[in-house]
Amino acid sequence: MDLILVNLIDGLVTGLLLFMLSAGLTLIFSMMGVLNFAHASFYMLGAYFAYQVSLFLGFWMGLLVAPVIVGILGAGVERYGLRRVHQYGHVPELIFTFGLALLIEEVVQFIWGKDQMPYAVPEILQFTAFSIAGNSIPAYKIFMIFISVAIFITLLYVLTRTRVGMIIQAALSYPRTVEALGHNVPLVFMGVFGVGTALAGVAGVIAGPVLATFPGMAVVLGSIVFVTIVIGGLGSLWGALVASLLIGWITTFAKSYNVRMEDILTGLGVQKPVDMSESLIRDLWTITSPQIADILPYLLMVLILVFRPYGLFGKRDA
Amino acid sequence: MRKSIKFGLGAALALSLGASAALAENIKIAFIDPLSGPFASTGSNGLSQYEFAAETLVNEKGGVLGGQKFEIVAFDNKISPKESLIQLQVAIDQGIRYVVQGNSSGVAHALTEAIEKHNKRNPDNRVLYLNYSAVDPALTNENCNFWHFRFDANADIKMDALTDVIAQNDAIKKVYIIGQDYSFGKAVASAAVSMLGEKRPDIEIVGNELHPIGKVKDFTPYARKIVSSGADAVITGNWGSDMLGLGKSVLENGFTGPIYTYYAAADGITAAFGETGKGSLRLVSEGPLNPIASDRAADYVTAFKAKYPDGNVSQARITNLIEMLAKAIDQAGTATDVVAVGKALEGMEIDSLWGGKILMRPQDHQAIQNVHVFAHTDEGVQFDYDNSGYGMVVENSVEMASADSETTCKMKRP
Repeated sequence: MDLILVNLIDGLVTGLLLFMLSAGLTLIFSMMGVLNFAHASFYMLGAYFAYQVSLFLGFWMGLLVAPVIVGILGAGVERYGLRRVHQYGHVPELIFTFGLALLIEEVVQFIWGKDQMPYAVPEILQFTAFSIAGNSIPAYKIFMIFISVAIFITLLYVLTRTRVGMIIQAALSYPRTVEALGHNVPLVFMGVFGVGTALAGVAGVIAGPVLATFPGMAVVLGSIVFVTIVIGGLGSLWGALVASLLIGWITTFAKSYNVRMEDILTGLGVQKPVDMSESLIRDLWTITSPQIADILPYLLMVLILVFRPYGLFGKRDA
Repeated sequence: MRKSIKFGLGAALALSLGASAALAENIKIAFIDPLSGPFASTGSNGLSQYEFAAETLVNEKGGVLGGQKFEIVAFDNKISPKESLIQLQVAIDQGIRYVVQGNSSGVAHALTEAIEKHNKRNPDNRVLYLNYSAVDPALTNENCNFWHFRFDANADIKMDALTDVIAQNDAIKKVYIIGQDYSFGKAVASAAVSMLGEKRPDIEIVGNELHPIGKVKDFTPYARKIVSSGADAVITGNWGSDMLGLGKSVLENGFTGPIYTYYAAADGITAAFGETGKGSLRLVSEGPLNPIASDRAADYVTAFKAKYPDGNVSQARITNLIEMLAKAIDQAGTATDVVAVGKALEGMEIDSLWGGKILMRPQDHQAIQNVHVFAHTDEGVQFDYDNSGYGMVVENSVEMASADSETTCKMKRP
């Protein structure tokens, strides 16, 4: 029972981290129709920039400065890269962001090398916030939860309650009308792209110390972000939140409990073959939930695509 | 403008042609290991250690066979067995006769099988496979062959040393075993279970599980299970980012006992653990830096650090491999007849740069050497890793570990 609570907290941290990445991606997609393959690379850049800044000015300045740099870089990529490629259609845009992801990884390796960076949790947060039945919850995790929730609330407020948010929402559905009303839609696009990548940057800054800062960190997280926004529904902020939390909890619980396929199958009344080496489905019999935890989100995505192709909260067909 | 470019290109082409003509005499050694992806740091640090060892221990001393130099040629296998076989073919096509590889026993199994087949079919350009780090015991047991030589102590030998240390520690009553889901992770787990059962039957194994290799983003759920199992010690064969991720998360979530590892050092791992790992992290390996064996070894490390300030001399076996290969080629009197070189390597004994002797056991081509259990600390560290002030200091040593261990290897010699 205690462990359930601990797992709920752990899953929440994982989910919220995923949310910060997917929120930006889903906004960018719904606005420009661009699947930004380089999104996770901006997350990695956030971690590296923050590490570099933290060497001189400490962790907190890194948290402030790095996302801004990443956001400016992102806006620059939109203004001078994507906007030019846009006129040739979606495929060149995809290829452009894909190439960008590779480029960023190479540049990161070129500057910082291939080693793990000793990017650590700041001293002030290096203590145990509280513990539940011997499982300590580090203060840094609580800090991560607060940051992500604060960002979600701010984002929701800006998008639904402010004038800027209204223009963005309008530009999402009727860009031409908004343009005709005298708003600078390309500027809105650039802003959204910048803010989206900056969000990924924030995620990198706060995830770097716990999930390790190394050149492979973008690849490890890259595909799961796409899964999240597809499950949540492309373009939906609430969808991104729900899907992220869902994925966070599913994977955490699957890894924490050794649910064996054997138990499920015998529970369903299937007879266990006596000689396993002869059985065609022997691999199926020996699977445990921690082994397949990381592919469960993909399974969920397939199911969602079959039964609700526009995602949990999506309003239109993907 | 155009002209100067053309001229530049021409000059570069001429230079490279000239250079390759001059290098034609070199003995090329193919280094097939990950140079990109999640395990890139392990691979690229290995590469610089090879380049430095070849340069310092062989080339600067006049090379082998009266003047031929060693040249390390790097191939990126992205840690994939499939990619490794492609790179192996490229290396063979370039006329390379020596292949070194170490990261991942999965890759090692693919390579040793492919090389055995290749050598059977192409007696004119056979290849030797010098394995410096893939420690799945099967490679020198049921899957052994004449062309494969292992310079690292295998997982069983290391586990034998580790379990000796664990057996002496009466405070340990419960052990949790966790590893990467592939041949090596499974080999570590089964060796730990059987050896602990033999040496300390009272120890309870409270967990024994495998996780996907290189794919886990967050080890927290695993750490929770370890902590709540009440384990006094953890045994893991994890390496690269999997080692760092697991270790950090286990320590962060409240585990304070010893973590017995195979690879928790260098390549950024030591620096990233820093203070948190002190008192917990243990590592079983060969070739100690603290205390260092001799002035010669100290000079070697100092010179390496001067050339690669960000690198580490983390794999003592690399210098052993280079020195033994050089000696074997000199003894055989040829670098092209790898059968003769292989026969010279069998049963060879040298004094290691890092102290002690290395014996290449002829029956299974497993190097027998001193194995040590190290502690991660900042006290008594002469040579640190990752310029962090932290390093690995010897706590226990086993002389010529498992020299008389059994092998099921039935080798067919050419």
